[in-house]
Amino acid sequence: MNVVTIERKVLQKNDEIAAKNREQFKKNNLFTVNIVSSPGSGKTSLVERTIEKLKEKIKIAVIEGDVQTDLDARRVSNYHVPVVQIITNGGCHLEANLVKDAMQNLDIEGKDLLIIENVGNLVCPAGYDLGEDYKIVVISVAEGDDKPLKYPKMFMNSKVLVINKIDLLPYVNCNINELKNNALKINPNLLVFETSCTTGEGIDKWCEYILNNINSEHSEKV
Amino acid sequence: MHELSLAKDIVEMVYQNVPAHEIKGVKFVVIKVGQFSGVVSESLKFSYQAITSQTDLEGSELEIIEIPFKLKCHNCNMTTSNEFGMMICDECGSSNTEILSGDELQVQEVKLNIAVEETA
Repeated sequence: MNVVTIERKVLQKNDEIAAKNREQFKKNNLFTVNIVSSPGSGKTSLVERTIEKLKEKIKIAVIEGDVQTDLDARRVSNYHVPVVQIITNGGCHLEANLVKDAMQNLDIEGKDLLIIENVGNLVCPAGYDLGEDYKIVVISVAEGDDKPLKYPKMFMNSKVLVINKIDLLPYVNCNINELKNNALKINPNLLVFETSCTTGEGIDKWCEYILNNINSEHSEKV
Repeated sequence: MHELSLAKDIVEMVYQNVPAHEIKGVKFVVIKVGQFSGVVSESLKFSYQAITSQTDLEGSELEIIEIPFKLKCHNCNMTTSNEFGMMICDECGSSNTEILSGDELQVQEVKLNIAVEETA
C-alpha cells in the first residue's frame, strides 16, 4: 500500500474561518461570547436579562442559533438590539462559516458585545470554535448535578459556568455544591456564576463580569 | 450527531491531498480520535460510508486510532489518566495540569492500493 501523509486536524477549515472571525471581532473592539448548553437551560432568558441590564451602558448585537424557527430572534428583537437568526435545518451546532455568513446581515459597527447563542446541545458545539473570546456554558439546576461528569468536553472547553434556575433548587434533586465540584473537577479554571433569570438573583454579578471584560477589551485597544 | 459534518470534512481533505486519478485506489483513511474529542468512532465510520457510497471513494474505510486521555501534572510531574476527563492529577490532586493527549481529531494518512495507482 502507498501512504499519503496528511496530519491535519479534521476541523482545520472551521478553525481557519474562526480565526478570521476572531480577527474581525478584535478589529471592531467586540467582546464575543459563545453561549452553549443543553436545550431549555435558559440561554435565551440569560441573553434577555443581560440585554435588559446592560443596554443603557453598552451596545449589544446577538446571533441566535436554532435547528428550526426564529422564535429566539423574535424574543431578542423585543429589546431593540440587532439580531440575526441562524437556522441550521437539522444541524446540531453552529460552525464558524455560519457565523461568518450571519455577520453579513448584522450591524456590528460600534458595538461592544456580541452574544452568540448556540444550538441547545451539550455535546457537539464544544468542538467548534466560532471565533469567540470565551465559551460560556449554562446549566440549569433541573438538569442534575452529575451533568459536568457526563458531558465533560463542554466544561473542559468553557471559560465560565453559569448555573441557572437557582430559584428551582428547593424543588429539584440537585446539590448545587456537588454540581460546582463536578464542574471544577473537569475544569478547575472555570469561573462560576449562579443565576435565576426568573427572580433576577445573580444577574448583577454576571453582568458586572461582562462589563469588566468589555472594559479590558477597550483598554487593550487604547 | 456532528459526525456527519466531520465525515464531510474528512472526505474533502482526502480529495485535497490525493491526486484525482488515485482517488479510486484509496483503501483506508487513518484518523486519530482522542478519548475526549467528543466523537463517536462508530458513528464517524457509518457517516463516512454513507457519504462515500456511489462515489469514487466507495469501498474505502476509516481506520480509527483511539488516543487515550493523558494528563501531565506540573506539581508532581506525574502523567496520569482518568475515565472522566477531569483535569485534576490522580496522584497528588493538583489542578496545575496540562492535557497531553485525548482531545485530538486528526486525519493522519491515507492508504492507497498501489495496483490501482500503477494502472492509472
